[in-house]
Amino acid sequence: MTAVSPALRILPEILLTLTGVLVMVTEPLLSAKTSRKPLGIFALLGTLAAIAASAWQLHLPAGTAFFNTIQTDAFSVFFHLLIGGILLVTLLVSLNYFEGHSTYVGEFYALLLFSAVGMMLMTSAIELLMVFLGLEISSISTYILAGYRKRSAVSAEASIKYFLLGSFATAFFLYGVALCFGATGSTNIHSIATGVASGSSPLLLALALGMMLIGLGFKVSAAPFHVWTPDVYEGAPAPVVGFMSTAPKAAAFAVLLRITYTGFGTMSHIWIPLLWIMAVASMTIGNLGALTQRNVKRMLAYSSIAHAGYLLVAFTAFSADGLAAACFYTAAYAAMNVGAFAIISYLSGYDERRVHLQDYAGLAKRHPLASAAMAIFLLSLIGIPFTAGFFGKFYVFTTAMHSGLWILVTIGLLNSGLAAFYYLRFLSQLYMQPYDAAQDISEAPAQPAFVLGIAILVAAVLVLGIIPNRVLRLAQAGAATYFPCSGTNAAEVHTQPNLLR
Amino acid sequence: MTTNMHLWLLPLLPLAGFLWNGTLGRRLPKTLVTSVALLFSGAAFAQVLWIAAQFRSLALPHVESFATPWIAIHGFQVDFSFLLDPLTLIMLLVVTGVGFLIHLYSVGYMAHEEGYWRFFAYLNLFLFFMLTLVLAENFLLLFVGWEGVGLASYLLIGFYYNKDSAADAGKKAFIVNRIGDFGFLLAIFLLVAHFGTLSFTSIFGAIAAHPAMQGGVLTTIALLLVLGATGKSAQIPLYIWLPDAMEGPTPVSALIHAATMVTAGIYMVARTHVLFDRSPLALGVVAIIGAATAIFAATIGIVQTDIKRVLAYSTVSQLGYMFLACGVAAYSSAIFHLVTHAFFKALLFLAAGSVIHALGGEQDLRAMGGLRKKIPVTFWTMTAAVFAICGFFPFAGFFSKDAILFAVFNASVLHSLYLGKLLWGIGLVTAGLTSFYMFRLWYLTFFGSARYNEEHAEHGGHGVHESSWTMLLPLIVLGVLSLVGGWMGWPEALGGHDSFAHFLDPVFGASAAAAPVVMSSASAGMERMLAGLSMLIALLGWLLADILYHRNPKLPERMAQKCSALHALLLHKYWIDELYGAIIVRPLLAISRVVLWRGVDAGIVDGSGVALASGASGFSSIVRRMQSGNIRSYAGWLAMGAALVLIFVFYLAHCI
Repeated sequence: MTAVSPALRILPEILLTLTGVLVMVTEPLLSAKTSRKPLGIFALLGTLAAIAASAWQLHLPAGTAFFNTIQTDAFSVFFHLLIGGILLVTLLVSLNYFEGHSTYVGEFYALLLFSAVGMMLMTSAIELLMVFLGLEISSISTYILAGYRKRSAVSAEASIKYFLLGSFATAFFLYGVALCFGATGSTNIHSIATGVASGSSPLLLALALGMMLIGLGFKVSAAPFHVWTPDVYEGAPAPVVGFMSTAPKAAAFAVLLRITYTGFGTMSHIWIPLLWIMAVASMTIGNLGALTQRNVKRMLAYSSIAHAGYLLVAFTAFSADGLAAACFYTAAYAAMNVGAFAIISYLSGYDERRVHLQDYAGLAKRHPLASAAMAIFLLSLIGIPFTAGFFGKFYVFTTAMHSGLWILVTIGLLNSGLAAFYYLRFLSQLYMQPYDAAQDISEAPAQPAFVLGIAILVAAVLVLGIIPNRVLRLAQAGAATYFPCSGTNAAEVHTQPNLLR
Repeated sequence: MTTNMHLWLLPLLPLAGFLWNGTLGRRLPKTLVTSVALLFSGAAFAQVLWIAAQFRSLALPHVESFATPWIAIHGFQVDFSFLLDPLTLIMLLVVTGVGFLIHLYSVGYMAHEEGYWRFFAYLNLFLFFMLTLVLAENFLLLFVGWEGVGLASYLLIGFYYNKDSAADAGKKAFIVNRIGDFGFLLAIFLLVAHFGTLSFTSIFGAIAAHPAMQGGVLTTIALLLVLGATGKSAQIPLYIWLPDAMEGPTPVSALIHAATMVTAGIYMVARTHVLFDRSPLALGVVAIIGAATAIFAATIGIVQTDIKRVLAYSTVSQLGYMFLACGVAAYSSAIFHLVTHAFFKALLFLAAGSVIHALGGEQDLRAMGGLRKKIPVTFWTMTAAVFAICGFFPFAGFFSKDAILFAVFNASVLHSLYLGKLLWGIGLVTAGLTSFYMFRLWYLTFFGSARYNEEHAEHGGHGVHESSWTMLLPLIVLGVLSLVGGWMGWPEALGGHDSFAHFLDPVFGASAAAAPVVMSSASAGMERMLAGLSMLIALLGWLLADILYHRNPKLPERMAQKCSALHALLLHKYWIDELYGAIIVRPLLAISRVVLWRGVDAGIVDGSGVALASGASGFSSIVRRMQSGNIRSYAGWLAMGAALVLIFVFYLAHCI
């Protein structure tokens, strides 16, 4: 078997970068008056190609490239497809968002593409420095995207806050990488795993792990590193929030999985309690914070903190199923959250006309289809059966229960019961309040691209909820790259070296 | 070779109705909406009848699987399969039969409502989930239906969206049920962890194979399931949503909040009786909850003045009876009462709806009276229902209620025969109370002087009037069923065959012997005596109502004044809603505000949009904002979190 060309292992990233660069180069050549839609469509095509390339990678034998910095396997492909999908839908729903408001929208598409490139790199990197590179590429693009409503003060504020606090957190991650190198002499995850298993300098490694968890905890907005989330989500343009509340999180979770499960698998006695506490804190703070929120975007921001908590529950299970559950939940969460923000972006438009819950009163009458889609996303966020959200939670909690974490499961279930309250309030606003015609805001009719994007998301939510088995198997295939002996409990496999010591 | 019953089609029929009316209904004429809704619910009923006709030739239990596996996770898998056995068949007949009648009734009742199509779409959606619930062969699918009916109920309670109280009631129902669902889900996870499967047949088979398996985790699972059941079936402590749910349209109250959905909890306990049979503790808890709820709700029902609320508390109380029956392992009696209750309580609601319709929306008992002659069909059918619920021979309620009371009389609850007798006594007193408040309602509505405002009822220009035939036909059918519906369970002590219980023997037969409730020697003579006693008590209740609300209509008011404290206690439903508000809701909201405390969640600076109207001042404004302390305090929180994490990690690395 001949070796696979290294370039093929980062084919999706190459395609996206090329598309982004072309968009960037073309942008200044167009006159200010020209619509940027063709650029958006070009970006869409590039994304489609990248998704196809990712899917094709499934047929490659799993392996590494570029001096053991990149590894493509079922796991990385799963996240590539997920990030590519999020990018695709985000492009579709934001194709008309800036129409008539902002020039140089080409940059917007390019930044989205670059940001996705960074995230994809993160998911296939097995070298911490490469992870860091990906993290920076994606973060810097997202900082700019958060402030893309250029004339809006809140948007600029969101951008600055995100940037300053984000840099602060990234520094922690980088410091963690440095400590890791100090302890094991390597920044490759597999070498680190060997170093960790050998048991030398445990304290240094523990601190390194802690530092990296802080940095990643910020990216996934897990408590206690969540404080930035509501402000940034409130200020950033709604389609961007949909993107940045899902894709970077997916990437950060993938890295977290690689670091904890592979790199520090034998130090699970340290990160399991830590993630346990972070999961409880995120779920509780997120849901309680959302409970009395009146601003829709802030409410969903707190809700995303809570969902990060549910995801951490899956991590804490530390088993092949836990890993698959985490992957599945990331996908489910992405579908429903991107959807919710897409509908908000459509209903409130570029200048955010509908900010508070009461602005959505009775909209089901005025916008029956958009409201129906929103209802499906909200029901999924609550976790009603036959939607992605239900099955995702069911899977996460089942695996956690399997690992004996019944206290965590109990807390999680109580939390998801509590969460119904605020999602339901939104739903009731849409469906069970009279429509105030005096507040009529004339929206531009939904464009075909937007409708297509929403249709994809609704279909994803329903498919993941009704016939989840296909995606489930892909997630399990991804998990199997970590736990080759599928079915056995991971903890048993990994504690083996400990016993020998 | 088993016959294919095409069970998959059954829930899909109403689903098709929902999809059709939900997407196209807005633009279609009313007649088309109606005929689609009736067609699909009627077709489901027809299929159930077809299944019933062939039922004898089936090998039981009959399982049909459609997706194997539906979900496969390492270690266990869940199939998409439906189960058909006598219990399912009975539930199917009730759900589709009563469901179809209520669809028919709604055609007339909802005729003038805005959002007609929406109503029928939701109603069909409800049927879809209810059929899924009843047909489910595993806990997961049961839960899918369970949540789904809750969703449909939420949508229908909040149907009148111009009323704030309706939206609030819908939310309340949903949230309270989430607490129950918490228990149900936890039970499901425990089942997965202990049995590695969620299939009924596998789990019950595994339990049957281990006769020594008793209590322990089974008790935990059973108690968690009970928590779920108290939510859906409106039992203490989660009953508070049902009375508020009366904000929904009356046909909804009849179908969902009386006949079908609220009985899901009883169905679930009966379906999973194998678990309960192994846990005397869980059974005892069910019995005590049931008896307590029965009498508690009955006392509240005495003083309510809204006709639908009286019926709602009556429903809670009757569900308590069914719970009580489950608690003494008399599952077939519980299901029997479920069926007869579906007949007479649906009828009571529909008749009440007919009264309300006749009076142009009036629901207050104090503003009714003397309607006997004006709406005779409603009067006579409602009378049949009142006699049925009070348990007068030979109406339906007599047979089912006495089956329950007899079983309780002979049962030992929590290993105590005395407790069994006590619960029986409570049941008996409740029967008297039931009779009292039902006849109170009957007298206040149909007898005495007319207290309603004739002009208010003057809609459409024909004053107080009898309803249309689509509304009366269901009333008559249910009226007949309220009379004869109990005869299928005519007890052997009274010269019958008790064929209802025998029909259910394949499901519950084994448990009668295995259940940890020692039946003390029960004789036919005793059964006859007890039946006579409860009839006597019911007569007493009637007599009392007759004295208070027919002969001396001024007396109740004076009595209320005399014992004003007691009256207020009942009128305010023991202040339970307020109590829950004070100990659960308010603290939660307070904590939520702490989370959003400005030190942590500073928010975006207010009034920023005004200050930054022009782009030029942008940068300076950003700098100003940075100095406002927001970012610094956020960074402070980040640093503190980081410090905590590092200390924690340090501690773990050092000490473990």
